Amino acid sequence: MKHTVKLLTLALGAAGLFTAAHAQDKVRIGFTTDMSSLYSDVDGKNGAMAIQMAIDDFGGKVLGKPIELLTADHQNKADIAASKAREWFDTQGIDAMIGGTNSGTALATAKVAEEKKKLYIVNGAGSSALTNAACSPYTVHYAYDTVALAKGTGGAVVKQGGKDWFFLTADYAFGHALETDTANVVKAAGGTVKGTVRAPLNTSDFSSFLLQAQSSGAKILGLANAGGDTIASIKAASEFGITKTMKLAGLLMFVTDIHSLGLKDTQGMYLTDSWYWDKDDASRAFAKKFFDKAKRMPTSIQAANYSATTTYLKAVTAAKSTDSDKVMEQLKSMKIDDFFGKGSIRPDGRYVHDMYLMEVKKPADSKQPWDYMKVAATLKGDDVFTTKAESKCALWK
Amino acid sequence: MNSISKNILYGLLLLVLLAAPFIGLYPVLVMKLLCFALFASAFNLLLGYTGLLSFGHAAFLGGSAYISGHALKVWGVPPELGLVIGTLAGAVLGWLVGALAIRRQGIYFTMITLALAQMLFFFCLQMPFTGGEDGLQGVPRGRLLGFIELGNDINMYYFTLLVTVGAFLLIMRIVHSPFGQILKAIKENEPRAISLGYDTQRFKLLVFVLSAALSGLAGSLKTLAMGFATLTDVHWTMSGSVVLMTLVGGLGTLSGPLVGATVVIALENKLGEIGHFLAGVSGIDWFNALGESVTMVIGFIFVVCVLAFRRGIMGEAIALVDRWRGKQA
Amino acid sequence: MDFFGIPLSALLSQLLLGLVNGSFYAILSLGLAVIFGLLNVINFAHGALFMLGAVLTWMGMNYLELNYWVMLVLAPLLVGLLGVVIERLFLRWIYRLDHLYGLLLTLGLTLMLEGVLRSAYGVSGLPYSAPIAGATNLGFMVMPNYRGFVVLASLVVCFLTWYVIEKTKLGAYLRAGTENPRLVEAFGINVPLMVTLTYGFGVALAGLAGVLAAPIMQVSPLMGQNLIIIVFAVVVIGGMGSILGTILTGLGLGVIEGLTKVFYPEASSTVVFVIMAIVLLIRPAGLFGKEK
Repeated sequence: MKHTVKLLTLALGAAGLFTAAHAQDKVRIGFTTDMSSLYSDVDGKNGAMAIQMAIDDFGGKVLGKPIELLTADHQNKADIAASKAREWFDTQGIDAMIGGTNSGTALATAKVAEEKKKLYIVNGAGSSALTNAACSPYTVHYAYDTVALAKGTGGAVVKQGGKDWFFLTADYAFGHALETDTANVVKAAGGTVKGTVRAPLNTSDFSSFLLQAQSSGAKILGLANAGGDTIASIKAASEFGITKTMKLAGLLMFVTDIHSLGLKDTQGMYLTDSWYWDKDDASRAFAKKFFDKAKRMPTSIQAANYSATTTYLKAVTAAKSTDSDKVMEQLKSMKIDDFFGKGSIRPDGRYVHDMYLMEVKKPADSKQPWDYMKVAATLKGDDVFTTKAESKCALWK
Repeated sequence: MNSISKNILYGLLLLVLLAAPFIGLYPVLVMKLLCFALFASAFNLLLGYTGLLSFGHAAFLGGSAYISGHALKVWGVPPELGLVIGTLAGAVLGWLVGALAIRRQGIYFTMITLALAQMLFFFCLQMPFTGGEDGLQGVPRGRLLGFIELGNDINMYYFTLLVTVGAFLLIMRIVHSPFGQILKAIKENEPRAISLGYDTQRFKLLVFVLSAALSGLAGSLKTLAMGFATLTDVHWTMSGSVVLMTLVGGLGTLSGPLVGATVVIALENKLGEIGHFLAGVSGIDWFNALGESVTMVIGFIFVVCVLAFRRGIMGEAIALVDRWRGKQA
Repeated sequence: MDFFGIPLSALLSQLLLGLVNGSFYAILSLGLAVIFGLLNVINFAHGALFMLGAVLTWMGMNYLELNYWVMLVLAPLLVGLLGVVIERLFLRWIYRLDHLYGLLLTLGLTLMLEGVLRSAYGVSGLPYSAPIAGATNLGFMVMPNYRGFVVLASLVVCFLTWYVIEKTKLGAYLRAGTENPRLVEAFGINVPLMVTLTYGFGVALAGLAGVLAAPIMQVSPLMGQNLIIIVFAVVVIGGMGSILGTILTGLGLGVIEGLTKVFYPEASSTVVFVIMAIVLLIRPAGLFGKEK
């Protein structure tokens, strides 16, 4: 009896640990992102939906095999992201990973992908390190990165006369990268950085950080954060009257942030983005399909998810294989041209395409919901991404 | 339960674990399980056998995880040395926290351990060498004794098994020694132990340090196996997790923490699948969403255990068996 | 004007913000101390019930269009009611047991509450606008009027609680019940009822703090988590001997935290714990505590 009791208990628990072997009869794509926390609007569940849309629009099959999408919420925790990726590579036999938000998780996942020699296409995360100091032959950085944001928004604000800056930074890989890259742009243009303050990710009350910013005497407050953090900082800034003495520069913002904040508090702000739903007919067509399902307009990351998936599947078809080395060879040699952008992928994994400097409209100029921004300038990819001289990546010499 | 049948059962368990990679168990997951089983057993020394509830044990698991991770990655020490450094780090942290905490009794002791662990959490959050939110990534596994390549999952698995079994045998030895008897005495009636001439403060500090050191070993082993150390390892929810594992498994039993760790880890990893299974069986669609609320289920188990199931799985099992035997005799 | 190189405006503004935080610490540690005094239970659920107060306020606004002032009264009542239910259903079974079970039970309830709300709402903040708009320019900073209201409201609530416990007959029964429940029962006072109502009152205080906090902190299912541990430290520092002591400790620590943010920002999250460690070394019973 006691043998049975003890063994039964252990067996029940252990049963949870058994994994079924999966035959290689499907093409599997894995996707992890933040689905419940401060970045869930920017990418999140709708980002997964965008990938599924791309799979369905491609026909649901590639090389004669059905395509399966695995998704998980990494909750902005690098350990969950890395463990999930490792588990999927080892036990589910996934062929490629697509990366959602959060640079910390992206860097961790990129390491796992490199170890397992599998393809990793990053959309949501911004850290330029992914194609620079931490570059890998298996990483493709698709949508945007912190260097482009810095040169875009940072450059525009400095040109307007904003020379002394104070940074409010999200205290992790992305925030640090964005702060460093933007500070470099500011200093190269002859400006000064009066100080920085680091706030933990998902801070709920920015008041004391903002007061520190105000007492520095800088004219520009650079917000090196994103998603829920940016929304909270902007709200608190207007509550404490900071906007009367400092101009806010939102270094990474998405259309969903503007939607949450409203045009009154954000009008006139500059932001750099890789895509906007209203920029041309093809984009509007995609946006409409997305809106019908999600009831929200797609952000550039969600659009990038769709585009990256289609590009990947095209590369697999051209390579006639799901082997990551062969597919990567295809990706780095093919010309990409779709509603999201036009360009090609460099040897260091960076997808070079145009970026757009956007300006937030005044409330009076907005004709319909989600009509929030206009394109102030188109930035050529070669101008805004890391140049060969600046790059420390061994793959691109 | 006599010791022969206990040993048979442990032997069976060992056989299963030895064969694990070959019978379809995912080695990385079992390694994680072994580390947590060790952590829970170390914690049980303090709670189950001495009656001291520490709510800050994550400090020792996580603190050692970071320190050994740093040693392995930045100083490039071999894995054996990394584990030793981690264990020592746990012991030192345990001494610092313990010396302060045992100045108070009961609930205050618990709150102090919690607060000090939280202090360590914020320290780890801000110190550059821990990598803050990004965590300490890319910790190499290195070569054991200079030639066994631990990058291979199978090798790493058997090494992990060796270390955890060794540590568990050590805990067994401690519990069954005169030292262990004194601990039990302190748990049952500390004033009486004092009146018998034992310096209970010294014993409490010693077992605290031991428990912390072994937790540190578990933390370093986990870093080695998984390749990273993150803030999750020092967060108070980790302290809560280990309490749950011990409670569910059975306080004051040797096998309790093992069972508890298995249940909790399996739950955390496979709740989604369990939810789908329950939904299929019962037809209630709500179960499908179970996977998203691990926290809620764990809270529920806590409540149930405290109200109705205080002896935990193994505690109840042993009591059941003894009662059945009593009927037989 | 500069103090040690920090402009006076920066100093005063952080002090004021610190006072706001201190108000929350005061109300929460008050509730915790009252519950611990009578029930001998460490109410880990205090943080989750604080969060519930804020979430109920948000829900009231979003689903029923009840304004803030209504929720200021309604939410604490609802939370208090839930507290009564919790005490009757769960807590009363564990009084005779080791204190650790009280902690674990309330921890379990916390996880359940947070888990349910988390799967419904995620963990990013739910926005809630301040009911008192506008700000006053105090010269050294622009102070949102709402935050000033929070400090005032907290002081009023703390004073009222102190008055009831120290100066009224009801408070006298409570204090007597803390010291010797059997004797008080022998006098004909319904101690179990008093215990239940005390728990309800203690958590209602937490709920009230939650309503006050909703416009300041992002309303999120996890907003109580880090706060509760700081409040534990506050209670250990203050000792559970006196109500006034607890209130003063809460306010004082908030102010000290604010000051730390000016001079040494990196330490601001750990300064409370460092103070706790020092107090434990010098005066283990806490600043205002009495050794039991």
